[in-house]
Amino acid sequence: MSVFEGFKFRKVSSAIHNLDPRIKFFYVCVLFVMAILFNKLLALVVLFFIPLPFVFMARVKRQWLRSLRGAAFLAVFIFATNFIFGYFYPTSFQGITPPVDTLMEYLVLLERAAAMTLRFVVLIASFSVFFLTTSPDHLGLALQQSHIPYEFCFAFTTAVRFVPVLADEAQTIMDAQKARGLELERGNFIKRVRNYIPILIPLIVNAIRRSLELAEAMESRAWGASEKRTNLYVLKLKRADYLLVLVSVLMLILAVYVWLYVPIPSLTALFSL
Amino acid sequence: MAVIETRDLTYTYPGATKPSIKKVSITINKADFVILTGPSGCGKTTLCRCFNGLIPHFYNGNLEGEIVVAGLKVADHQIHQIARHVGLVFQNPENQLFALSVEKDVAFGLENFAMPRDEMRKRVDWALQIAGITELSERPPNELSGGQQQRVAIASVLAMQPDIMVLDEPTSFLDPVGAQKIFEVINELNKNLGITIILVEHRLDLASKYANHVIVMDEGKVVLNGTPREIFNSEEARLIGVGIPKATKLYQQLKQNGIHLKTVPVTTEETANLLREALKHD
Amino acid sequence: MIEVKDLYFTYPTGLEALRGINLTIDDGEFLAIMGQNGAGKTTLVKHFNGLLKPTKGEVLVNGVNTRDVSVAKLARNVGFVFQNPDHQLFSETVEDEVAFALKNFGFEEAVIEKQVDWALNLLDITKYRKTSPFMLSGGERKRVALASILAWDPQIIILDEPTIGQDHQQKEKLQQFILQLNAQKKTVVVVTHDVEFVAECNPRVILMSQGKILAEGIAKKVLTNQKLVAQASIVPPQITQIFLELADLGLPTDVIDVHEATKILLDRLRERQ
Repeated sequence: MSVFEGFKFRKVSSAIHNLDPRIKFFYVCVLFVMAILFNKLLALVVLFFIPLPFVFMARVKRQWLRSLRGAAFLAVFIFATNFIFGYFYPTSFQGITPPVDTLMEYLVLLERAAAMTLRFVVLIASFSVFFLTTSPDHLGLALQQSHIPYEFCFAFTTAVRFVPVLADEAQTIMDAQKARGLELERGNFIKRVRNYIPILIPLIVNAIRRSLELAEAMESRAWGASEKRTNLYVLKLKRADYLLVLVSVLMLILAVYVWLYVPIPSLTALFSL
Repeated sequence: MAVIETRDLTYTYPGATKPSIKKVSITINKADFVILTGPSGCGKTTLCRCFNGLIPHFYNGNLEGEIVVAGLKVADHQIHQIARHVGLVFQNPENQLFALSVEKDVAFGLENFAMPRDEMRKRVDWALQIAGITELSERPPNELSGGQQQRVAIASVLAMQPDIMVLDEPTSFLDPVGAQKIFEVINELNKNLGITIILVEHRLDLASKYANHVIVMDEGKVVLNGTPREIFNSEEARLIGVGIPKATKLYQQLKQNGIHLKTVPVTTEETANLLREALKHD
Repeated sequence: MIEVKDLYFTYPTGLEALRGINLTIDDGEFLAIMGQNGAGKTTLVKHFNGLLKPTKGEVLVNGVNTRDVSVAKLARNVGFVFQNPDHQLFSETVEDEVAFALKNFGFEEAVIEKQVDWALNLLDITKYRKTSPFMLSGGERKRVALASILAWDPQIIILDEPTIGQDHQQKEKLQQFILQLNAQKKTVVVVTHDVEFVAECNPRVILMSQGKILAEGIAKKVLTNQKLVAQASIVPPQITQIFLELADLGLPTDVIDVHEATKILLDRLRERQ
């Protein structure tokens, strides 16, 4: 699925890639909070444009667009649900008295649904940039330095390490069973599910065997020798990281101020003037 | 000087009805290059696991007899303590590499030892250089070929600077050229760094030229123990079904027909030289 | 009969694995496909049962274009034994495992029973009939996998690296088995890098390198050609290495077999007496 392409790390040398993942995560969280804070379309449009400079600086435009494309299906679903819900339960919206019959009221509904959809898209877009520019390695390191127990960080990086291996193995197993006459595309729903048993069982059995071998290798390389492990790499905060922290904090303060004191007009209101 | 000594070593896996190794008594000396071989199921893999403490500590089960490795009684020490002296390289290269870059994998053991970062860096670079993979240091493991992966595994064990390295069929998944490269690296570790090597192998034609000691097992017991020449030339080895190098087979067939070459060859170079002599002098 | 016409294949990742392969395999032939890991051997044979379809060119199996039929259809005539038996074993008993393909192909109960009996007997695993395949040793599992492929008695049998991880005795048994299959007029294609194994069987050999066929001919001729062997990055058989070193003494250089070597040397030594 191409939507996953929008979240897979791309190795590029850029200023964004070199930022500390913990700081990047903080920034994404700030965007997340801001997106939740606002429900006016105008504000969310502004929020949407914020990740754009990062996308260009990191040179991941194509992959980022893929994540948006992948999100499109869900976005349509969210838009439709919001619109229909608003149509049947309009009293929860300002400026509408039931039943919904005037053009103005339809426009309010539309704008509201669009805002909710855009909120979702903003979230996807922000997280996409994060994952596109952060290597799993860095991510694991960030987890470790954030004092998450090493067992979890190790489980995380090992899982990432073996995803392509397991994917390849799944393909090989499918080939092997197809070569014995297994037809995965034929039959009704129940038959199709049953057809996956000859794929799943070898996959699971091999995964268990693999885990055992991994455990042996880990033990043999002195796993558990010391209370506190050291690390070959270390994440150090640089000037760019501090800058991003500053920017994020300022954004957050500005956002809270606007939310508290600045009434944001809805587009329909502007339109009707 | 003995680095590994076992006496009547017997081990039964948990839930098994009979022991996988029976009364194994062997001595391995410092800087030996040992080839451990025998038919599938003979107990060689089990014996390897005894050398670094996986048996009995990881596998539990019932271990009888005595085994002392690098001066330590295996039963009395944790695996990570024994790991300072014994490194184990496994058959499947893929399942020994857990990090997302080569150098992080090589550093894994050192991180476990809580080595300071600067020292670690030096050790990692040293190990990468000896294994001949310095240029691969930042690559992720799934981009590497089987042979490269196996060299990373060797480097990761080497970085811990063990006195003894056990390699359990490390070239199983590699083609002959890849296998040869691995044997050359292992040989360097033995001849240049003085590391004692225990290599479990079936491909005796490629590996035998490096070894000075061969142990053959069958059905859990050690049946032959001596120099490569003695073992490969013996009738017993043939009967057990050990894959005797063709060079030695040629010697045996000529002998059967009345032609005696001066010594028992194990490698192609030796055989060629012996034949050259025989053909010239007749 | 398998005909490969100007076959090109590129993986979705962009790797060009096969670059113009032309090959004909007649019924009843015994063919070894050799070359370094990555030369394209497995990629080539996966076209014979349709697991891979050509990017350019075509593959005809018994006159049928592989592009026009499903893998299951081709598998009726082409048995593919994968390298790792653990990629296909999934059943509760060995019996079920061996019957799997027969069931997929829609054979009748009576026929299935007969074929299963026959296949179990052929591989000497009748005593494991009711055993779970996961309880067996590596070598035994390999035999179960082999039995499950032979069960439907395909005319063409492909073995992908059958000697990996096998000890000497197992290799000898496998050798005899393959020769036996060939004696029964089956077409046998073995993908291998085990030179000694090929030297003992002396089949027709195809040497591949970087997606192309470098050479073809009888093992005796191909494996003793120093230039080809170096180009394909394979190691010649030990006997050949010995004779190549003695080439200046006027001994023949196309020797791969111990018995032939002994005879030649004895003749030469007796000549001088």
